[in-house]
Amino acid sequence: MARIEVPMPQMGESIAEGTVSQWLKQVGDAVERDEPILEISTDKVDAEIPAPSSGTLVEIAVQEGETVEVGTIVAWIDTEGGAAAAAPAAEEPAEAAAEAAAPAAEAAPPAAAAPAASSGGADESAEDRLRTRSTPVVRKIAAEHGVSIDDVPGTGHAGRVTKQDILDFIEGGAPAPAAKPTPAPAAPAAKPAAPAVGGAGMWETFYKDVQHPEYPVRAADSVEPMDKIRRLTAEHMVLAKRVAPHVHSFIEVDFSAIDKVRTAMKPKWAAQGAKVSYTAFVAWAVSRVLHEFPMIISAVSGNNVIYRGNVNLGMAVDLNPGLIVPVVKDADHLSLVGVGNKIVDLASRARDRKLMPDEIQGATFSITNPGVLGTLVGLPVIPKGTSAILGLGSIEKRVVVVTDPVTGADSMAIRKRCLFSLGYDHRIVDGADSARFLARLKELLEDFPEDA
Amino acid sequence: MTRRSLEVLDVGVMSYGDALALQNDRVPLRRAGEVQDTLILVEHPHVLTMGSSTDPAHILVDEAERERLGIELHAVGRGGDVTYHGPGQLVGYPILDLKPDRKDLHRYLRDLEEVLMRVAESYGVDAERSENGTGVWTARGKLAAIGVRVSSGWITSHGIALNVRTDLGFFDTIVPCGIPDGGVTSLERELGQAPEGHEVRSRFVEHFCAVFGHEIPVAGPTI
Repeated sequence: MARIEVPMPQMGESIAEGTVSQWLKQVGDAVERDEPILEISTDKVDAEIPAPSSGTLVEIAVQEGETVEVGTIVAWIDTEGGAAAAAPAAEEPAEAAAEAAAPAAEAAPPAAAAPAASSGGADESAEDRLRTRSTPVVRKIAAEHGVSIDDVPGTGHAGRVTKQDILDFIEGGAPAPAAKPTPAPAAPAAKPAAPAVGGAGMWETFYKDVQHPEYPVRAADSVEPMDKIRRLTAEHMVLAKRVAPHVHSFIEVDFSAIDKVRTAMKPKWAAQGAKVSYTAFVAWAVSRVLHEFPMIISAVSGNNVIYRGNVNLGMAVDLNPGLIVPVVKDADHLSLVGVGNKIVDLASRARDRKLMPDEIQGATFSITNPGVLGTLVGLPVIPKGTSAILGLGSIEKRVVVVTDPVTGADSMAIRKRCLFSLGYDHRIVDGADSARFLARLKELLEDFPEDA
Repeated sequence: MTRRSLEVLDVGVMSYGDALALQNDRVPLRRAGEVQDTLILVEHPHVLTMGSSTDPAHILVDEAERERLGIELHAVGRGGDVTYHGPGQLVGYPILDLKPDRKDLHRYLRDLEEVLMRVAESYGVDAERSENGTGVWTARGKLAAIGVRVSSGWITSHGIALNVRTDLGFFDTIVPCGIPDGGVTSLERELGQAPEGHEVRSRFVEHFCAVFGHEIPVAGPTI
């Protein structure tokens, strides 16, 4: 009978004992390898202990509430009584001992773990090695490309093959700098995998991976690594442009009505300490008209379109250097003053680097305003996962021809005007949709309600 | 070596039961490698939770009084004695895979303490470990409590509770973590005024990432 010992595991260098807090399995129960069979507690920590092997729990040696030293046998598992064990019976005791000790052995540097494994090394199945050396993602990629993980040099913990390793390997490029020298057969082996890149893997790479080409450095140049925000921005821009076919449409908006509201409300807002910028007016108006244009606030996802239920406005903030896009969540539920104050709050915390991660996620439409720096208008990039972005140009006094509504006579007037550009994903937004959206937005802004 | 990424779920006010369900959903996903290391940040309504080593005598209110005060009671599978959670307390539940670099429960606890001490220090509050047990103390009392669970595959759950502007009166309903006369304190009590909640969360995330070697999460669409 193959009885395997289950010892109290070493859960930390300075942990000498543990208390059995609960048996999750009882004597006679069938257990699967890696299935939790008991819980132990050591001062502030509860931990689940998995079965070292499949079989039947045949004896419990330490009862709930008892405290025993690390290494004390707490139970026995009979591997013949339960589900068939993976390895031949004769090897089981050795294997079990190695595995039961695993928590301790693996905590030690890889070098120490290796000799322990080597006793059964020759018998270790290829499958076992794959499991210990790679993650499910890596195995999936390997399977997709018909690559054997054994051929891939691993740079990860204890020589594990990381996702980057396998992607590098499939690309046929050099492994990461720290990697061991690629065995000679590796490169030819990678070649047959290349055609597979034409399949699902190619799209995975196309939609997710970004690598910036490198250029020679000249004597007078200086080289600095990109900081985190720059790196993410660079990657995002490449992907955003790669995925969405961009089209841009323009409209010119008259800000006279908005100025009228601003002038009228100024004393009241000053008393409230409210801050309502031109951008806030636009954001408020956008949030009110977006519901009429579901395709503008959508995302192409596979062969589906996700129509977003929340008007979450990403507002581009210049960090100089750098750019971050905090999100005004559910802007359609906020008043004009509410939108204005929220923009000021997010922008100032963005500059102080005090934003919470969830405050820069979940945008369903974005607004960017390069006009504040004097730009006439821009062609903004549509953030990945959304279908449109509105760019505001500078608000300037221009000479325009106005028609008297009563007499029909034309005359020249000086008006504050601003060019808007809408960047949209032509997969889901048609030119006419964009035109209707911009016209509707212009209409609302040029007849701005006084009670917004 | 690239730093690992951390997903922060800042869920705001959430009942203890719902937050527990959220953790229980995440743990198997983390084990299967389907999600990244996760840090759940939450604020609970009044609740007492009993860890596996709770002495019932450490709950000082009877059921009627507890209900009158609107305090829930939960028995949970984490280490430690009874503790109180409530408004004004930053609760953090890291769902981490400890396998790659810290398969040592004590080290994990010390690292959580380190994060809490650094957050306190960033406000000029001197907080230290204590021989009395896991957690972080100032001269006035216990500032933060820790109780964690490690599920099979070295996946963590449960975590820390930092008193920011907690109504410390509610701790009178228990013997905190089984240590009588320990006293409790909050950042508000230490500083004379309560720091902004979002700022504390943001500093916590920052120091958490520094101690555990995660990249500070900056994500979402940039233009």
